[in-house]
Amino acid sequence: MAACIELSGVSIDFPLYHGNARSLKKRLVASVSGRMTADARHRIVVKAVRDVSFSLAPGDRLGLIGRNGAGKTTLLRALAGIYEPVAGKLRVVGSINALLDPNLGMNLDLTGRENIVLRGQYNRLDRAAIARLADDVAEFADLGDFLDLPMRVYSSGMLVRLGFGLATAIKPQVLLMDEWLLAGDANFLDKARARLEDLVRGAEILVLSSHLPEVIRDWCTRVIWLDQGRVRADGPAEAVLAEYLGAD
Amino acid sequence: MSNVQPTEDGGNLVLAFDSDQSHAKRRRLAIADVAEAAGLWRLCWTLAWLDIRLRYRGSILGPLWLTLSTGLMVAAMGAIYSTILHIPAHDYVPYLALSLVLWNFLSVLVTDSCYAYTLAEGMIRTMRMPYSLYAARIVVRNVLVLAHNIVVVIAVDLVLWRWPGPVAVLALPAMVLWLADALAVAVLLGALCARFRDIPPIATSVLQMAFMVSAVIFRPELLGDQRWLLAFNPFFTVLDVLRAPLMGEVPGWDSYVSAVCFSTVLCLAAWALFVRVRGRIAFWV
Repeated sequence: MAACIELSGVSIDFPLYHGNARSLKKRLVASVSGRMTADARHRIVVKAVRDVSFSLAPGDRLGLIGRNGAGKTTLLRALAGIYEPVAGKLRVVGSINALLDPNLGMNLDLTGRENIVLRGQYNRLDRAAIARLADDVAEFADLGDFLDLPMRVYSSGMLVRLGFGLATAIKPQVLLMDEWLLAGDANFLDKARARLEDLVRGAEILVLSSHLPEVIRDWCTRVIWLDQGRVRADGPAEAVLAEYLGAD
Repeated sequence: MSNVQPTEDGGNLVLAFDSDQSHAKRRRLAIADVAEAAGLWRLCWTLAWLDIRLRYRGSILGPLWLTLSTGLMVAAMGAIYSTILHIPAHDYVPYLALSLVLWNFLSVLVTDSCYAYTLAEGMIRTMRMPYSLYAARIVVRNVLVLAHNIVVVIAVDLVLWRWPGPVAVLALPAMVLWLADALAVAVLLGALCARFRDIPPIATSVLQMAFMVSAVIFRPELLGDQRWLLAFNPFFTVLDVLRAPLMGEVPGWDSYVSAVCFSTVLCLAAWALFVRVRGRIAFWV
């Protein structure tokens, strides 16, 4: 089954229930004017993503660019099936791997190996595939005996290597990435770069979110510029990036 | 290089949401959620077991502390209350041990359920997992704790050399009822507490009150003429249908009727809420 992503008129609202909604309102209205409104039941909602439509086919490499708070990560989470849209339709076909957070649900009290097994189970791998996953990550991360020690005792370099190795080990049809994976120190290693390229090449569709134009230019062919939750521009990477840089 | 592929039956091969959702569509999504969680039973088991192991990591006795502390509690309370209530210790201690272990399961389950989703916030926001999995994790974790605590009950029975007899078979349907209720409580409280943060303290105080009035540490017969009132206390009747067979007694029909009615209402409420709010939980945590 070929992968595809289709969105039509997708909107995502965040209701603000907790904390003091009144003072929060005052504080936020100034900064994101027009994006916070009260809904029919007088709840304060942030309109994180508004009326976004696009479709992607195998071979597409989409970059989402925009300032902090433009709705990039929220949109990625919706594509990953985490947030269900309040309006519009969303359809994603194909196995998904969403690399949204460097910790990826890792628990520092567990050993490296336990975290690998857990990750494998999250991804619905069977026993044999988990064994292969552990071998693959262990070889890349090169932790030696540390693999069986709690991750709390790892150096920061070891944490990055294990996290990166694990994130890049499972090859999906649809790859959703936040920029952290590309901005890390691991990227400077040749073998890390090769591994990342292997992962991206293996995916039929890539959606990458970043506020750094150079990262997007390196990896993407098509760019959507998100501004205050709306699509401000959509087209070939160079054209949209030029427009984005020109606006600042 | 890397050659690991997500499996074909991963369940997330097609992801489709349509915001204009009829009730039937929501129900289908909820059923799919439960089915997916059932397929992830191995993950659920791992998570529950790791929860317990992590709590006791570095301690010498590990999860055996659960057994030991329950044993101490039973010994201390058994000594005091058999005197206060004028019941011979060899009659009272087995009853107390069983009651405390079962009540402990119930009350920890309720308090844990309040945080079923809020404590899993990081996981919920990083990957798509069926929401019923988080509820099942709480239930499995507490069943594992119960398995540690039940050792105390067995030890007491061994020492006093007393067995419930064939009537204990009646405990089997009661266990099924308990499991269904436990899942319902985890789903219901998990979702409600994610949305309304005032509920956990309310749940705690209700539990404290229920512990006192639900014939946990005293025998229901002590209520004399007022005993019929207990049939209206779901905490008591649900406890009774499991506890009585394990004590070698047949629960009263009033306990059965009340426990089954209450459980049905609980499960239906949990399911209705789950169907309605499943897609919103990610926004609440």
